[in-house]
Formats: sequence, C-alpha cells, structure tokens
Amino acid sequence: MTATVDTPITRATTRTKPATAPAGRNREQLVSWAFLAPFLIAFVLFLVWPLAHGLYLSFTNQSLTGAGGSWVGFDNYREALTDSTMWRALGTTVLFTVVSTIPLVLIALVMALLVHRGLPGQWLWRLAFFMPFLLASTVISQIWVWIFNPDIGAANAVLGKIGIGPIAWLQDPDVNLYAIVIATVWWTVGFNFLLYLAALQNIPDQHYEAAALDGAGPWRQLWSITLPQLVPATVLIVMLQILASLKLFDQAYQMLIGLSTDTTRPIVQYIFESGFVGYRFGYSAAISYVFFALIIIVGVFQMTAMNRRRSLS
Amino acid sequence: MRPGEKRFGIGRVVAFAVLALMAIGWLMPFLWAIATAFKTEADAASDRTWIGSEGPTTDAFGAMLSNGNVWIWAFNSLWTSLVITLLTVAISALAAYAFSRMRFTGRRWLFAVIVAAIIIPPQVLIIPLFYEMLAFNMVDTPWGLMLPQIVAPAMVFILKQFFDGVPLELEDAARVDGAGRLRVFWSIVLPLSRPVMAAVAIFVFIGAWNNFLWPFLVINDTNLMTLPTGLQTVIDAHGIQYAQTMAQAVLAATPLIVVFLFFQRQIVKGIATTGFGGR
Repeated sequence: MTATVDTPITRATTRTKPATAPAGRNREQLVSWAFLAPFLIAFVLFLVWPLAHGLYLSFTNQSLTGAGGSWVGFDNYREALTDSTMWRALGTTVLFTVVSTIPLVLIALVMALLVHRGLPGQWLWRLAFFMPFLLASTVISQIWVWIFNPDIGAANAVLGKIGIGPIAWLQDPDVNLYAIVIATVWWTVGFNFLLYLAALQNIPDQHYEAAALDGAGPWRQLWSITLPQLVPATVLIVMLQILASLKLFDQAYQMLIGLSTDTTRPIVQYIFESGFVGYRFGYSAAISYVFFALIIIVGVFQMTAMNRRRSLS
Repeated sequence: MRPGEKRFGIGRVVAFAVLALMAIGWLMPFLWAIATAFKTEADAASDRTWIGSEGPTTDAFGAMLSNGNVWIWAFNSLWTSLVITLLTVAISALAAYAFSRMRFTGRRWLFAVIVAAIIIPPQVLIIPLFYEMLAFNMVDTPWGLMLPQIVAPAMVFILKQFFDGVPLELEDAARVDGAGRLRVFWSIVLPLSRPVMAAVAIFVFIGAWNNFLWPFLVINDTNLMTLPTGLQTVIDAHGIQYAQTMAQAVLAATPLIVVFLFFQRQIVKGIATTGFGGR
C-alpha cells in the first residue's frame, strides 16, 4: 500500500514549530495523543480489529450460530476461486462499475458547467440535481420499481409514445442491470455534480480575464482553461466513483427482491447471502477478502496513475 | 457570469434550455412519486395520469401516519443520525487537528495508515463487525447501530487538509497569551472552519440517515429500526402499495431537502475550501 500513502506524507506540514525543551516536548506528545485517542480507539475497535478478525475468520469454517470455527487453511479461498456464482457476482459488479461510472462523471460535468455559467435560478438547479442523493435507497428503489413496472410504469409509458417497448425492465435478466444503472445515475450524480461545482469555483477569474483579453471566445475558454483546470478534480471524482460503484448493493438488492438475482447479484450481496442467509461466516469472510483484493488492485492502479501524472506536471 | 461573456448571447439561451430540460428530467421521477402519493391505491396501481380517476386524496398519508411505527422509525433515524454525525465530526476534527498542528512520534506513519484505510469498504467488514457486536452484546441496540459508523478516515483527511490552510499566526498569538491547545482549537480554529465542518457534517448525516446495509443486519427489533430498514419491512410484509410507499418516500425525504435548501451555498463553499480540485 505504499503507493497509496506516499502523497499525503510528502505534503505533511513542516510548519509545526520544533519543540524547544524536552519537558515541552513530552507535554506536546501527551496533548497530541489526547487529541488522537477518541478517534484512534474507534479506528482500532471498528476498523482495524474487524479487518484482522475477518482475515482470521476467512481461514475457519465459522458459522453464524457459533458452530464450527476450526482452522481450515486455504479451503475457503480454494472454494471461492472455483465458485462460479462468486465469479459471476464479481463480473456483475465490474460491469456495473464500468457502465455506471461513465455517465456518472460525464453528466455531472455537463451539469456543473451549465450551472456554473451563472444562469438565473441557481438554487433550483442545485436542488434538482442534488435532491435524489438525499433520498434513502429504500425510497429510490420504490420510485424506480414503480417507474420500471412493465404495465403501469412511467418508463414504458414514455417509450410507448415513441413506439418502443414494452420492456420488462427489472424482470428481464439482460436488461435489469442497466435499469439499476439508470436509477443509480439519477440517484447519485448530484454528489459528483457538487464536487465539480466546487472545483469550478476554485478556478481563478484572472485566467478568464487574461484569455478574454487575448480574444478567446467561450468555447476556446472552455477547452483551454476550464477543462484542463478540471483534470485533477476529474481524476479524484473518477476514483471515488469507481470505489463507490464497486460497493453496489442497496438499490440492486431492493429493486430486484424476488427477481432472478443469479445474473444480477453484486459481490456485496453474495457476501451478505453467504454469511447471513447461508450462515457461513468463514466463507463469507473469504469472499470479502477476494473483493477487498479487487479494491486494492483498483486503488493501487489509480494511485500509480495519479502519481505518474503528478511527476509529469 | 464570466468576464468576456455577453449577457444575452445565444449560448446563454441554449445553455438555459439544456439546463431546464435536464432539471425537468431529474425532477420528474420525484414529482411523479408525489403525484402518486396523492392517489388512491387503486389509481396508483392502474392509472397513468398525473391525477387519478378518483381525484387527489391524502388517504395514503393518513394510512401511513396512522402506522405508529413510522413515527418511531423517523425518531430513531433522527437521533441516531445526529449522534453519529456529532461523534464522527468531533473525533475526526480532534485527530485532524493533531495531525495538522502537533508534532509527536509516529505522526507520519499513523497518518499514512489512516489515509490508506480510506480505501477499505465497510461492506468488507460486515461479518467480523457483526461478530464483534455479538461479543459486546450490542446486536439489536442503538449503540451497535451507531458506533461502527463513527469511523470515517476520509473525514480526518479532509479536515486535516483544511486545518493545514488556516494561518498559524492566529493560533500563535493566542498561545503566547497562555491559551492551551484545546482552548485554541475550540475558540479559534473551529469558528474559522465552519463552512468545511458544515459540509462534512451534512455528508455524514446524509450517509447515516440513508444507511441501509448495517442497520438491516444489526437491528431486528421493530422499535429500534430506522426509516430505511423499517420501510423495507412494510414492503416485504404487504407487497408494494404504491401510494403509501410514495407518501413515505416524500415524508422521509422532506427533512433532508429542507436542510439542503438552507445550507446548499455553504455546502458547495465548504467543499471548495478544502482545496478540492486544486493542485
């Protein structure tokens, strides 16, 4: 994980004053740890310990009921790697991540660029695009189950008007993952939109003033100033979005309850089902770690890409 | 309005039109949900018009609110989300301040570990966390629901970035006057950090208010459920009743929408002041 941690350290503050006397230094140490203690205790209890314990569990045949719990070595991992359901769930998750990240970044960018032009009705635009993000997954799931209802839903009503359909959005296993993507884009694009809006506010006005003096029109300014200035924000947004999309569970689970989940079961759902429905905590922990490995690979890949970019500029 | 742009250019008109179309598209599902909430169940299940054949009615709201559980769930959602937000922001801000301003042994590697932990998805921890809650006797208790949610390494990182940008001189002056670290933090740094604290707090609150997976696993007692898990039990028990479900959706969303309307400027400003998108 060294690649992940390099950047913040090199930027860590160097402005702190050097300790003058050993006594003052000890006191400073004590005060520092007092400030850190509440967070660190929670960090160890609810993150570090579960992470370590989960790794241990993944090598046992622990069940939810307390039975089992003996060491089985790599058996769970061997089983996971030959488990076609696990691979399908992983594939579904990756497909969802690829298909959802693209619109979630591009649409957010377009929204932010348009809103940032200072058109009248700022609060309304912001509210319209961000509001769905405020809704609980239960709520958005019910809204979209209803919109995607093949008989009475709004989606087929609209498509019917232009002569398409009817589509069995959630029932058709070839379509339902894309239905989940549509609902997810609607639900969460507002977060990326706000991040882009904040990034746009950070571009100094002088850049545009200078460009205007040089006779650059709005398109030229967009291509030569705005978009290049947004590159660091975009890298970060894409990264956050990929990590968020990989965690797909809530909306897929709730919108597809009782429907054919075999082709649309995300990996998080398989973790949940193995542990809390199949009662196999050890196996579930092992799948969690396979999933975690995927996240680390993606994370390391992104960090290396970012670091390369930084060293180039 | 950027310098060099004409006030009524054709570009502005086109931009406005595109924006309006997108906004309508984004609001439509929600407006449709509101319209459905005012229908009878029969109309909601069969009628595609905005106003059902039997005319608008508040029956669905009445039926939903007469279910006492909804009030309990709303109350649970509110207080647990507030406690989670308060604890998360408090412990993250204290830690971030220590990382930003104090010098102690192991600072660098400890901060590196916390930043690296940002990548850990909470979903990976559900099995061992559940196990831990069993051991602590916290399954089916509010503490079991709340405590695992207060660890947010990303918030420590964001807040440290912000504190790094606060001028040191202000604090030095106070310290020369004999103020302790906690006093400086409380009366100088915190007031300066209001926008970023508001942004962080609101995102933590939204996350806690809408969290589904963890409350779904750790809470079985109907009286301890929050809105997302509670509503799911109603749907599982009765099948989907569209009008009532949409009424619940509208009610569950209203408090957050009001909060966002009040703070939206601050939220964007708060994100911007963390140096987001800067080099």
